[in-house]
Amino acid sequence: MRISIELAVLLAVLAGLIAFAFGAERFYLQLFSKIMILAIFAMSLDLLVGYTGLVSFGHAAFYGLGAYTLWALSPETAAASFYLSLPASMAVAAVAALAIGLLVLRSSGVYFIMVTLAFSQMFFYFAQRSKSLGGSDGVYVNVRPDPTVLGFTPFNLGRPQQFYLVVLALMVLTYVLLRYVNASLFGRVLVGIKSNEARMRSLGFATYRYKLAAFVLAGALAGLAGYLDAAQFGFVNPGLFGWQLSGEVLMMVILGGMGTLHGPILGAFALVLIQDLFSDATKHWLLPMGIFIILAVLALPHGIAPWLKRFSPRAD
Amino acid sequence: MPDSVVFFFIQVLNGVQYGLLLFLVASGLTLVFGIMGIINLAHGSFYMIGAYLTYALTEATGQLWLAILLALPIAIVLGLALETILIRPLYRRDHLYQVLLTYGLILALEECRSLLFGDDVHGVAVPAIFDYSIPLTGALSYPVYRLVLSGVCLALAGAMWLVVQKTRLGMAIRAGYSNREMAASLGIDIGMLYRLVFAAGVALAAFAGMIAVPIASVFPGMGNQILIVSFVVVVIGGIGSIKGAFVSSLLIGLADTFGQVYAPAIAGMSVYVLMAAVLLWRPEGLFGRRA
Amino acid sequence: MAEAILAARGLSRRFGGLTAVRDVTLDLRPGEIHAVIGPNGAGKTTLVNLLSGELAPSAGSILFEGHEIAGMSAPAIAQRGIARSYQRVNVFPDFSAFENCRLAAQSRVTSSLRLARSRRDLAEKAREMLGLVGLEDTRRPASAMSHGERRQLEIAMTLAMSPKVLLLDEPLAGMGIEESRRMTDLIRGLAANHAVLLVEHDMDAVFSVAQILTVMVDGAVLASGDPESVRRNRAVQDAYLGAGNA
Repeated sequence: MRISIELAVLLAVLAGLIAFAFGAERFYLQLFSKIMILAIFAMSLDLLVGYTGLVSFGHAAFYGLGAYTLWALSPETAAASFYLSLPASMAVAAVAALAIGLLVLRSSGVYFIMVTLAFSQMFFYFAQRSKSLGGSDGVYVNVRPDPTVLGFTPFNLGRPQQFYLVVLALMVLTYVLLRYVNASLFGRVLVGIKSNEARMRSLGFATYRYKLAAFVLAGALAGLAGYLDAAQFGFVNPGLFGWQLSGEVLMMVILGGMGTLHGPILGAFALVLIQDLFSDATKHWLLPMGIFIILAVLALPHGIAPWLKRFSPRAD
Repeated sequence: MPDSVVFFFIQVLNGVQYGLLLFLVASGLTLVFGIMGIINLAHGSFYMIGAYLTYALTEATGQLWLAILLALPIAIVLGLALETILIRPLYRRDHLYQVLLTYGLILALEECRSLLFGDDVHGVAVPAIFDYSIPLTGALSYPVYRLVLSGVCLALAGAMWLVVQKTRLGMAIRAGYSNREMAASLGIDIGMLYRLVFAAGVALAAFAGMIAVPIASVFPGMGNQILIVSFVVVVIGGIGSIKGAFVSSLLIGLADTFGQVYAPAIAGMSVYVLMAAVLLWRPEGLFGRRA
Repeated sequence: MAEAILAARGLSRRFGGLTAVRDVTLDLRPGEIHAVIGPNGAGKTTLVNLLSGELAPSAGSILFEGHEIAGMSAPAIAQRGIARSYQRVNVFPDFSAFENCRLAAQSRVTSSLRLARSRRDLAEKAREMLGLVGLEDTRRPASAMSHGERRQLEIAMTLAMSPKVLLLDEPLAGMGIEESRRMTDLIRGLAANHAVLLVEHDMDAVFSVAQILTVMVDGAVLASGDPESVRRNRAVQDAYLGAGNA
């Protein structure tokens, strides 16, 4: 009985988001596309933070890698193949996550936070100083990726409505994938690790491997989000690796409610809308933003989502 | 002595000087974490606050030393105020919330800086008495102020060592590292200890920012820049270990300086490569305790 | 007498200047309940931690089924068939009793991307173990259960691992008379299919189930043998039993 209420709500929301594509103005289509890209990013972080208990403050590293990979694969005046560039971006992010994970996952707690931050900054500084990567001015994806195959073009990413629908589809796919992972044997191990890692080890689970796998999956999905970011506006810059973005996405997960998957989606909507509210009001919008974050952390230890707890797909 | 050797020697001096400055900032970070269990992302912001306050007060009074004398208590009071209002609620909460709250704090503090001082880069002149260089060879000389800087940092490091090893407060700090409950049962007022430690951390970071102004200037983002490097120092040195912070600060100071001069292509990366190497060998840092 | 399935030889563990376990030699045979008793601070829990792999020994060897396992990681040792329960309850507080046991049972299989609920055998095992210790299968999180219930859960989880060797660290601590009796009966029944190392303070329970008794004092073995001869041992009486603990 409970499950079907949850499913009904999800389908209703999905229907609403699809309908939105056919009614909304260009500006809102682009805004919601941006939000859904960040939602994918936030869900990928939730896998780490909310499910496995790994607090990463450097998740933007993989977002940036996804974006820069699209740029690297995009010719100056032509489009990259959608079918090649998208998996490639995710693969690059995944490989980086594997390398970093091997180094970082043997550290616990606070170390992990600090080291993930440091590694994402490494990418930032590298991108900023590297002339071949455009330095601090950034680079441009001049033509959006093209999904043409055998002469047939299923969609045009240059049209905001179609871009929106593609992003929506990918967001739904990510959600379904992560829900499935959570319900799998592998997912149960992750949740167990978050709850009591020491006990998991004494039960016989080699927890390091599972954390690494989760880290790689999360990195790959973050790369997908970064890819879509680059595909949307074409502007790729070192800030996509930055700690500010890492902090933002972490905030989305917490604000919306971690460990719920729909929480990060809500958090992405909430945070972007709040950001827009503040930046419309003042040039120095980071000040009210910072204050908002401080107050939110003090006031809302568990985020918005627990109020909707009845629909939570949490461990039972 | 050939110029190239002297040049090398100069880089060593520069590396040590940067490392010692870094130590002041990083030691505060590791102290606060080791004793209070708080990860404070806004720690670098105090470096920035110290620097900007010094710049503003030097402009106002014309004297660097006076500016520092005035700025230091202001920075400490600000730090204690923040500790009381924002940090204290975080004592028993997950590191996740500490990270997020102090992240929000960085954003707010950076923007306040922008509002109060603008976004330009500013400099402050080296005080006249130190504004000369010691000649080393025909072409090369070394600025006295940098030597003074190193001397001051070294003196502070020595004072820190004395306090931690030889005083009751130091005993409390060492007890606090290993066992908070034990320190409490020893009759040490934990609340007072925490306030002292936090104030010390703020003072160290702010002071570092203050004395570095004549050679490093003040610029937007300076706080975050030094914060990241401080994190690397703490990771390499081992959380909670002042000795570790000292050793790794010097290592990083030298690695970064030599990297900039002899291999500018990978400059800035040398620090991270060093961190990766240490992590491979000892995940808990050079002097850290195994989990 | 059967071969020892788990054997410690000259096992020691130092923490800086403190020697918590000193040159301990001990045999555990299948079908046998071997109790380890002694005053607080005798090193009993440290011994369990050494055998389970949570602590690495400073010296000595541990043989399981003839193979050296000293220095192996806790997960590796658990996978070989050694399970331990904790003196201070160490369950998953956010999960229900059922999920706690199901997860423990899952440690025996490959945790693939198969849906967890498709493995009905794990659910079966969990329910079976809960029934064995006398716990109801409610959906309450473990944090909402009573202390005694969590103790029962602790044992159920250990059993759900289908181990060959059980290291039970004070399973009766804090239990009432009725619960203790039930747990003692359960432990006695376990001997049939497991080798059990039982660390306990409850002497009635110890003398009613154990075939072998080892007394530890100050990290070292003071005496070891069948319960009656140990009980009559002068040194043991002076150090432990004679102090009114019998």
